[in-house]
Amino acid sequence: MTSATLLRRITDYAARADPYPLYAELRRTPVARQEDGVYAVSTYWEIAGLLHDPRLSSDPRNRVPTAGEEDILEEEQGLPPSFLRLDPPEHDRLRRLATRPFGPPDSPRRVSDMRGDLARMVSGLIDGLRDRERADIVEDFAYPFPVMVICKLLGVPHEDEERFHVWAEAIVAGLDPGEEGEGPAERRRAAQRARMELGRYLAGLIEDHRRAPGGDMLSALAAGHGDRERMSPLELVVTAVLLLIAGHETTVNLITNGMLTLLRHPDALRRLREEPGLAVPLVEELLRYEPPVQLLPQRTALADIDVGGVTIPRGAPVWLVLASGNRDPRRFPDPDRFDPGRTGNEHLGFGGGIHYCFGAPLARLEAQVALTELARRLVEPRLVTDPPPYRRNPVLRGPRHLPVAFDGCVP
Amino acid sequence: MPAADGSAEEFRRRGHAVVVGASLAGLRAAETLREEGFAGTLTMIGDEPHEPYDRPPLSKQVLLGRTGAGDTLLPRRRALEARWLLGTAATGLDLAGRRVRLAGGEEVRYDRLLIATGTRARPWIKETEAALDGVLTLRTGDDAARLARRLDARPRRVLVIGAGFTGSEITSACRERGIDVTVAERGPAPLVGALGGVVGAVAAELHHAHGVDLRCGITVTALEGDPAGRLRCAHLSDGTTLEADAAVVALGAVRNTEWLAGSGLAAGPRGVACDAGCRAFDVHGIVTDDVFVAGDVARSPHPLFGYQFLSLEHWGNAVAQAEVAAHNMVSPGPERRPHLWLPAFWSAQFGINIKSVGVPPMGRELAIVQGSLAERRFAAVYGHQGRVIAAVTFDHGRWLPFYGRLIETAAPFPPDFAQVDRAPGGPRPIPAEFPDPALPTHGPTVTLSGYAPSERRVTFVPARV
Amino acid sequence: MDLNRCEAYAQCAFQAPDVFAMHGEEALMYEPCPGDERREQVMRAAASCPVQAILVEWPGGPAVPEGAATGARG
Ligand SMILES: Cc1cc2nc3c(=O)[nH]c(=O)nc-3n(C[C@H](O)[C@H](O)[C@H](O)COP(=O)(O)OP(=O)(O)OC[C@H]3O[C@@H](n4cnc5c(N)ncnc54)[C@H](O)[C@@H]3O)c2cc1C
Ligand code: HEM
Ligand code: SF4
Repeated sequence: MTSATLLRRITDYAARADPYPLYAELRRTPVARQEDGVYAVSTYWEIAGLLHDPRLSSDPRNRVPTAGEEDILEEEQGLPPSFLRLDPPEHDRLRRLATRPFGPPDSPRRVSDMRGDLARMVSGLIDGLRDRERADIVEDFAYPFPVMVICKLLGVPHEDEERFHVWAEAIVAGLDPGEEGEGPAERRRAAQRARMELGRYLAGLIEDHRRAPGGDMLSALAAGHGDRERMSPLELVVTAVLLLIAGHETTVNLITNGMLTLLRHPDALRRLREEPGLAVPLVEELLRYEPPVQLLPQRTALADIDVGGVTIPRGAPVWLVLASGNRDPRRFPDPDRFDPGRTGNEHLGFGGGIHYCFGAPLARLEAQVALTELARRLVEPRLVTDPPPYRRNPVLRGPRHLPVAFDGCVP
Repeated sequence: MPAADGSAEEFRRRGHAVVVGASLAGLRAAETLREEGFAGTLTMIGDEPHEPYDRPPLSKQVLLGRTGAGDTLLPRRRALEARWLLGTAATGLDLAGRRVRLAGGEEVRYDRLLIATGTRARPWIKETEAALDGVLTLRTGDDAARLARRLDARPRRVLVIGAGFTGSEITSACRERGIDVTVAERGPAPLVGALGGVVGAVAAELHHAHGVDLRCGITVTALEGDPAGRLRCAHLSDGTTLEADAAVVALGAVRNTEWLAGSGLAAGPRGVACDAGCRAFDVHGIVTDDVFVAGDVARSPHPLFGYQFLSLEHWGNAVAQAEVAAHNMVSPGPERRPHLWLPAFWSAQFGINIKSVGVPPMGRELAIVQGSLAERRFAAVYGHQGRVIAAVTFDHGRWLPFYGRLIETAAPFPPDFAQVDRAPGGPRPIPAEFPDPALPTHGPTVTLSGYAPSERRVTFVPARV
Repeated sequence: MDLNRCEAYAQCAFQAPDVFAMHGEEALMYEPCPGDERREQVMRAAASCPVQAILVEWPGGPAVPEGAATGARG
């Protein structure tokens, strides 16, 4: 089996429910060149090193397009890239500005102050399951909850959810490098169009917030922080798109993967019920064991990079397979075991280096509150199908539905 | 006896380990001994009356009034089961008889000894002036409590003598509290001894931007008190006089080795020399097998830096070296490990996080590889004989592990690869502008102290060839 | 705190704003001996630090070891 077909097998839908044996195979060659010139990096130290390596760019404009990818540059004629896909110094400036209304040093309590709101949202959603014996954890809980949270944070009216849901799906599908369906090029174009539309929608909203500011993040970003540097109107729209999407399509998988994993590990579920404090290390372990972002397929080498006994040539696309690094036995003892109390858990679930997930504190809090409450309130929950049906996307991987049966819920 | 027949196993089971210096290195070594299965008796001797505490917060949170000076106790990794002799100084060492003498006259026998007596603040040269009320230093928790109390009393002006890391952090804290500060630094800029003139110039800008009255190329010639013995003013080498309510002497550190005088160990003002396995050398340059050294007081050879002896006043070094020393104390020869820690350091001042890896003072040239000096956000690498030897970042810490690897792999200097935030073609190297080593400045935290282990046979080899 | 390991991800300052604070963009200030009422915050901070730079010990409770001193690189 050549590694070229291996990576293709990983992105293939057939592997979605359990890609981990394929990752183990991939790790035999820590840095593996694929047929199409992509270098897949699958071992912990190599990934961690590259996340801190300034010779690796996140900016697609540095890419030498391979066959079938000619549109990769042309797509930039839509909205300019967000800081997720920019390098320093632009990345640093925009991320710093986005952080001002979100976290330390300027707004250290924004996220922790949302705890009460989050708890109320979770209670409300679970209350909705009271008279039922079955639920789809995705549709009934894990999808709506993070959307409510990100809408609240940004100041996006929750009523508009149906409109941007479609755009969000298209944008996320654009990240899918697999060959299925309409093919990656068509998906990228559709994603680009959706980004434009979502941008237009958010631009209008930002204008509203500028005129009538609230306590939300978009209002704060639109107002700027005094006379210090601020985002241009276009940068603001692009950042808002990024936050809305990132806050929308990842946490759903963390919560769903979490519920699935707990149902597969009844001991852990019982422990969580008895000691809610366990949610803290448990969520970290989930981010290691079933990371919602499985791989980062958008890096480019700016110079020849020697890593893992291989030279990645300048201009080559590099995939960092986070989910594989998270199961690297050289870093994590007994890596295929789900151990909710694991210590020293320096997982790669949120990436690392300067692009380390911006929303991590919020995602952690959401998952901690959600899983603790689900564990506490659902009586005798059990899986209806195992494995559940998965979404197609191999990058943002997670179940499309998670049907669960239970005997009602406690208050 | 256990150590005499070299039986590590025997020592591990029922030997007697003595640690002199109950601070960061001493504590971490003791914990490692227990972690590695040392079941014998353990005695911790420390001249400070306090349990082991952390020093870095003393010049940061504590001076800002956010944390009490007594509230920086080190977290314990595990229970120790040790006999603690706190508030008790060791005054002598009998190598042949394996005994540590204590201030009260008592003697403590050991099978294996760890020396971790660290450093103390270099006092003001003139004793009568140093005794003036308002003349302070900063090394211990008690020092920090005194200084914090002074700052609480809102002095009209504080004079900081020496702009090394500690002096700069003190200055930063004063300014943050709205207290006027004058800094007198003998070198051309703050931090020049540790980071060179190019980065020192950025540090100087930081001082200026925060309203510090920074005076470089200046020494304090005398401190003058009023009849009540309170500090009134300082006389400077440019002939001026400066009124100040407090003067903090931040002229670097002195190694606590006096108690070893005449013991036969290679101990002196530059520290206690040891091999890469942390075993102390005797004055003949012969390595001992039952005396180990770790932390600020140690000087040991480092293969990455041409086997030069390094004295590192770094928190991380104290921890890493203590762990290696303790491991080697309980391990037989073949299982012993060398202390190969890549020097690393951080400092927080004026809201900037300064970090370094490697040995910047060895660098002759530096290149700004990311960010810019003008923004005071950057990564700089230092070169020595065509190799990367060190890196320093200002608010760019996430990249530092990468530069650490360049040092470990002896990557060529200047770096010749394209990277984010930099035009292809690579950065332009410029002289790093370290002052002449013959004119030591205040507070370099890495000192290269030549090659040979024994003080007697060493003629000082200047750090930079 | 092993501030050599710390890469200023500020996760601790999000999780335990009463104990950890960013001072500028990357400099971290913390309360070395926070009171027992901060225990939960601190445990959350320690668990979420991406480089496991936070060592926690509570009187009475067992010391919680972390990667800070295992020689792990990160
Ligand atoms: C204010 C301040 C800020 C700092 N900030 C930073 C920073 O930001 N980053 C960084 O990397 N490092 C920093 N450091 C340095 C760091 O604290 C030291 O490297 C570290 O404390 C060294 O630990 P040690 O155990 O080797 O020595 P020490 O901490 O000096 O401990 C030695 C102990 O031995 C005792 N002792 C001495 N002689 C005897 C004797 N004869 N008998 C018994 N006991 C004795 C001493 O009293 C002391 O308690 C700072 C230091 C200070 C003072
Ligand atoms: C469980 C949920 C989440 C996971 C697993 C996750 C994972 C990640 C990962 C792996 C990255 C790194 C991308 C890269 O290096 O290229 C990232 C970046 C990012 N994430 Fe998240 N994320 C989650 C939730 C969120 C939320 C809720 C938000 C917004 C509030 C968010 C906002 C972002 C942003 C803005 C970036 C880009 C950061 C940068 O480039 O500097 N994420 N995320
Ligand atoms: S979470 Fe860890 S890396 Fe981040 S600031 Fe806190 S200690 Fe540093």
